[in-house]
Amino acid sequence: MALVVRRPQLKWWEKIYLPVIAKGLVITMRHFIRTLTGRTKVTMQYPEEKWNDQLPEHYRGAPALVTDEQDRERCVACQLCEFICPPRAITIIPEEIPSEDKWAKVEKRPRAFNIDMIRCIYCGLCEEVCPEQAIFLRKDYAITGESRAEMVHDKARLYEIGGRRVGLVNKWNDLK
Amino acid sequence: MSTTTIHEIEAPDSAAKALLAGQLAADQGHFQPMEDLVGEKMILNMGPSHPATHGVLRVVLEMDGEVISKATPDVGFLHRGDEKIAENMQYNQFVPYTDRLDYLAPLANNVAYALAVEKLMGWELPARGKAIRVLCCEIARISAHLLGLGAFAMDVGAMTVFLYTFTQREYIYNLCEQLTGARFTTSYTRVGGQIRDLPEGFVGALAKFCDQFLPALEEVDKLLTRNKIFLDRCKDVGIISREQAIAWGLSGPNLRGSGVDHDLRKAVPYLDYELYDFEVPVGEHGDSFDRYLVRMEEMRQSVHILRQVIKTLPDGPINVVDAKNRLPGKEKVLMKMEELIHHFILVTEGLDAPAGEVYFAAENPKGELGFYINSRGGGVPYRLKIRSPSFVNLSILPEILPGHLMSDVVAVLGSLDFVMGECDR
Repeated sequence: MALVVRRPQLKWWEKIYLPVIAKGLVITMRHFIRTLTGRTKVTMQYPEEKWNDQLPEHYRGAPALVTDEQDRERCVACQLCEFICPPRAITIIPEEIPSEDKWAKVEKRPRAFNIDMIRCIYCGLCEEVCPEQAIFLRKDYAITGESRAEMVHDKARLYEIGGRRVGLVNKWNDLK
Repeated sequence: MSTTTIHEIEAPDSAAKALLAGQLAADQGHFQPMEDLVGEKMILNMGPSHPATHGVLRVVLEMDGEVISKATPDVGFLHRGDEKIAENMQYNQFVPYTDRLDYLAPLANNVAYALAVEKLMGWELPARGKAIRVLCCEIARISAHLLGLGAFAMDVGAMTVFLYTFTQREYIYNLCEQLTGARFTTSYTRVGGQIRDLPEGFVGALAKFCDQFLPALEEVDKLLTRNKIFLDRCKDVGIISREQAIAWGLSGPNLRGSGVDHDLRKAVPYLDYELYDFEVPVGEHGDSFDRYLVRMEEMRQSVHILRQVIKTLPDGPINVVDAKNRLPGKEKVLMKMEELIHHFILVTEGLDAPAGEVYFAAENPKGELGFYINSRGGGVPYRLKIRSPSFVNLSILPEILPGHLMSDVVAVLGSLDFVMGECDR
């Protein structure tokens, strides 16, 4: 039934150890030569080399907000992402869109949208729950800053990272 | 425990006592023989930042010369209160936290947690979903065993093995990245399914990995299994008898290394594990070397399972269909009012879980990872208890360490293959 693992009985030449050293060296030398000739390549010379072209389409990097084809900010400040975020990294202050605005029929938009990148765990729940396709996890994995304040991405920064996304469902304008 | 040890540490050591005795002898004008000082015990702190403790385990060792007379593991340095956090979170929100239990096999933790909540909900996944989860579990098992093996070998002095196993782990991480979108913190499962189906080309990449993995494993086998130094360090070290292993509640490879044929995948098949043909390796002697051999064999069996899953991967849906408790799907949410409202309710209130209690345990790389959920209904558990195998496996240290040499401790710790993120949770 069960498979009993057998321990090896060492031969005399294995017990004196010296031939085994040679055997081990053969293995390590083979790896050494393979690496030297470039047949196996394991180490990536980061940051000169980057992993970017290997990243899958759904890679979960830094979250960012996006605008649509007509530069309308997609976020309607429903605060679902703020609610679901497990480490509570997102803070949103909503505001009303003034009636003279072109997109007044959307009614709501974020006045402030902050993501604390020190708290963010890149789980992707915000993207999953967003009912407006407004927040996406981008392919950025090197998020650095020199201060804590710099690591809090505000609305302007989030739109800068996210940029414009076309081809999404546009339910607020006539493009759909 | 720690109060007494601090007291003992502060007691003057042998050298100071000898000096004191010498002074005393000089004062009194006669010589006091050194023999009186023999038998002095020394307290040695191993960890919490010792490289062989794989994280933050502290073992307080009472040494009689170089022989250990008492060992007390001191855990909790990585305590984050995951169980309490779970009480304030919806079931799906807790999934990222399960990544951080046994952080060497996050996929397997995701699956175990999802299965536990699904048991509460009374759901059963469709065949393809189950097969995908089996893939996840076995990939995670190989990955965790590779790290355990590499770190173990490095602790007892075989540095090269670590480099080779980590190369293989890198390939596994590439697979994880393709599958889940993250290399390490996978968060792949949700209650009632997965975040996405297998990506295009994943099965082919996995098959390719399996093909090149077995020769690499054989190479590690060549470097270690018949290596006299490795054998001398591990053979008859940290022997756990069959009875001890059962009495202390060990699970996983540590239990099987002691010759107990118990694997939850066979004993209580979940995820249709009964469909796949695999053997459960067991040891004969219960020492560190047997635990090493069991892990090696388990990796081969995992590859065997992976190949079967690849061959028999069914088509069809991967998620449970339950309109009430599953998110409706983006395309519907974006365009339909009813679904949008339902989406909001589901996200803010969570699943509509029934009241009751369930315990589900899965055979994880480290052993039996169990989730006990006490629900009073609604989207948040009333109590969630995590039965972590590393915590239980470590409890046997006071039993097996006494009588060993100081240098054997790393061999025992390495072969127990624990991870503190899970132990302290």
